[in-house]
Amino acid sequence: MPTKSYRQALNEALHHEMGRDPRVIVLGEDIAGGAGASGQKDAWGGAFGVTKGLLGAFGPTRVRDTPISESAFVGAAAGAAATGLRPVAEIMFVDFLGVCFDQIFNQAAKFRYMFGGKAVTPFVLRATFGAGTRSASQHSQALYPIFTHIPGLKVVIPSTPYDAKGLLIQAIRDDDPVIFLENKLLYDTVGEVPDGAYVVPFGEANILREGDDVTIIAFGRMVHIAMEAAGQLAKEGISCTVIDPRTTSPLDEDTILEAAEETGRVVIVDEANPRCGMAADVSSIIAEKAFGALKAPIFKVTAPHTPVPYAPNLEAAYIPDAKRIADAARAAFTYRKS
Amino acid sequence: MTDAIQAITMPKWGMTMTEGRLAAWLVKEGQQIQVGQEFMEVETEKITNVVESLIAGNMRKIIVPEGASAPVGALLAVVAEPNVPEADIDTFISSYADRAGRLDDMEDGQVVARVLTCGPHNLNVLSIGEGSGIPAVLVHGFGGDGGTWLFTQDALAQNRTVHIIDLPAHGASTPSLSSGTIEELGSALIAALDALKVEKAHLIGHSLGGAVALSVAERAPERVSSLSLIAPAGIGEQISSEYIDGFLSADRRKPMKDVLARLFSSSDAVSAEMVENVLRFKRLDGVPEALTAIARNLASDGKQKIDLRATLNATDIPALVIWGEGDAIIPAAQAIGLSPNVKVEVIGNAGHMPMMEASSNVNRLLSAHLNAADAGE
Repeated sequence: MPTKSYRQALNEALHHEMGRDPRVIVLGEDIAGGAGASGQKDAWGGAFGVTKGLLGAFGPTRVRDTPISESAFVGAAAGAAATGLRPVAEIMFVDFLGVCFDQIFNQAAKFRYMFGGKAVTPFVLRATFGAGTRSASQHSQALYPIFTHIPGLKVVIPSTPYDAKGLLIQAIRDDDPVIFLENKLLYDTVGEVPDGAYVVPFGEANILREGDDVTIIAFGRMVHIAMEAAGQLAKEGISCTVIDPRTTSPLDEDTILEAAEETGRVVIVDEANPRCGMAADVSSIIAEKAFGALKAPIFKVTAPHTPVPYAPNLEAAYIPDAKRIADAARAAFTYRKS
Repeated sequence: MTDAIQAITMPKWGMTMTEGRLAAWLVKEGQQIQVGQEFMEVETEKITNVVESLIAGNMRKIIVPEGASAPVGALLAVVAEPNVPEADIDTFISSYADRAGRLDDMEDGQVVARVLTCGPHNLNVLSIGEGSGIPAVLVHGFGGDGGTWLFTQDALAQNRTVHIIDLPAHGASTPSLSSGTIEELGSALIAALDALKVEKAHLIGHSLGGAVALSVAERAPERVSSLSLIAPAGIGEQISSEYIDGFLSADRRKPMKDVLARLFSSSDAVSAEMVENVLRFKRLDGVPEALTAIARNLASDGKQKIDLRATLNATDIPALVIWGEGDAIIPAAQAIGLSPNVKVEVIGNAGHMPMMEASSNVNRLLSAHLNAADAGE
C-alpha cells in the first residue's frame, strides 16, 4: 500500500470529496494563495500546505481565499451549510476560534436541534492545534475539550495519515458541524494510506496495541508518545493496551471501558490542560462505570494548568513525554504491590 | 562435519513480517525432534502459528528464549545429533553468518506486489519464487485477500513461481465489478493469467476462490494444470448465510470480530489487526456494493446458487479437495460422494481456514499434488 504523509492524506481527502460532490467548497486564509494577485497562482495551499492544488483543480468559485476575519468566514461557512453547501473552512490555529464562538456554539451547533431537524449544518472547521513549534501561548493550545463540551458538535483528532484521510471524508459527508483538529507536528509523519476514498466512522476507537497490564488512552499526537512508552514498558514486562479514541465527540466509551475492565489499570494522556479536559472526562467515565474493575487509581498525564510557554525548555517540559507516561504506567502497575 | 548441525531460524510469513515473538518452545533442549513434529509456536502482529519441523535431530541449544522477539531469519535454536561435541555447537553459533536476522536489509530483498491491468480490472498480484515447476496461482475467498496464503506461499514457491492474486473488489484490487457473478470473477482470473503470460497454471482456490478456479476449469480447461480447492464454494447447497450477512453488515470492530471468529475452529485465531485490516478494506468506497453483488450471486435464502459440482466430477484435470472438519461456513460433508478421480482430504482441528490453521499439513498435500501434476502422474 502506498505510503503518504498526514498532509498528503488530508489533501487527497479534499480532492476526493470535491470531485465527488459539487456542494463541497473550501474557504480560509491563504488557501488559494492570494490567487488573482499578479504572478500568484496557487502558491500557498494554506499556511500548512494542506489545500495545495485545489484551486487549480476546482477553480476560485469553490476554493476561496478569505480576509483575516475568522468570525466572518466561519459564520459564512455556517450559513452556507445551512443553505445546502458543504463548506470546509480552514482556520490556521484553533486558538483563533475564540473570535467565532457564537457562530459555532450558538448557531451551527444549535440549528438541527432548534429547527426540529429542518436545517442541518454540514460544515467542517479544520484547524491546527498543539504545542512544540515555539509558537507561544496564542498559537499552541489543544482546545478540543471546549468543543467536546458542546452538544451538537462532533470533534475529531486524527493521529495517523490513514485516520486523517478517512475521518476527513467522513467529516465532509457528515450532516453535523465537525471540528477537525490537526496537530501541526503530525503533518510530515507518514503511513500507509489507500489511494481510493474511504471513511473511518466517528465514535470508533482504534486499538493500536493489546496488552494485559495497563490501558493507555491517548489523544492526537499523544498516541505516538504513548506507543513509544508502551514499547519501553514491554521490555520491562509490563504489557499495555493503547487506545486512540479518534473522536472525542462522539466518544467510544465501550472500547475504553472494556479495555479498562480487562487491565484494571488506566493511564490517560492528553496534551490539553488538565481541568475539564479529556483526561478528566474519560477518567470520570471509567470511575463511574468500571469502578469495580480498577486495581489502581486512574493516572492522568497532561500538560500543566498554565498557558503554553514560549521558552523552549519550558515548552518541552509542558508537553507530556514517554517518560512521564511510562512512570505513570509503572505506578499503576505496582500500586497494589508496593 | 557442519552438515550435522542445523539451524532453526525465525520464519517469514508474508511481506510485512519483520520479526516474530517466540511464544513457546514445544520441545526442551536435549529432546529428539522428528520431521513434521510441532516444535515451536511463533507469534506475529497478525497471527500465532505452530511450526512443524522440516528437519530431524536433537534439540541441542535454544538461543532465543520463550517470550523474546527476533527478526526474520534470526537463529533461534540449533539441532544436531547427540554425538556432536558441545564445542562444535558453540563454534557453529558464533560463526553463524545470519545470526541476528535480516531486519536491516529487509527492504532490498522484499518482494513487492504490483497492480496488473487484467481486462476491465486492475488486480493486485504478488509473485514469488522461481523454478522449473508449472506456476501456481492462489485465489482467496469472499472478503479475503492475498494474506490468506501467508503460510502457504513460501512452501509452494520452493520450485515454482507462485502468483497471489487479489480478486476484483478485494485486497488492493479496484472495486471494478459490474455484475459480481462467478463468470465475471472467472473472466478476471483468465485475464490475470493472460496479463501474467501464464499459459497454464495450477489453480489453488479457497472458498469463493475455489468456485472461481472451477469456473476457469470449466471454460478454459487448457489453462489449468491442476485444481486444489480448499473448502470450495460451488459444489454443494449449504453455506452459512449468517456469516455472509454478518460480514456484509459488520462495520465496527466488535461485530466484525465475532463474524471472523466463525472462520476458525479456535476463536483465539482472530487478532485485532486482522479485524482492523478487514474493516479498512470494507471502508473503501465501492467495496460494500461490490461485496453485496458477489454475495447475491453466491447465495440466496441460505443456499448456494453456483453449482459446479458436475464440472468437478467430470474434469480430467487432477483435482484435490481439502476441507477443515469443523468448517462452520461451508460444511465439509459436501466433499462426500465426489467422483473417485477427485482426491479428498478432510483435516481435523480446522475450520474454514485449514491453510492457516493446519498449514504444514495443507502445504504437504498441496506440494505433493502440484509436483505429481507437474510430473504428469
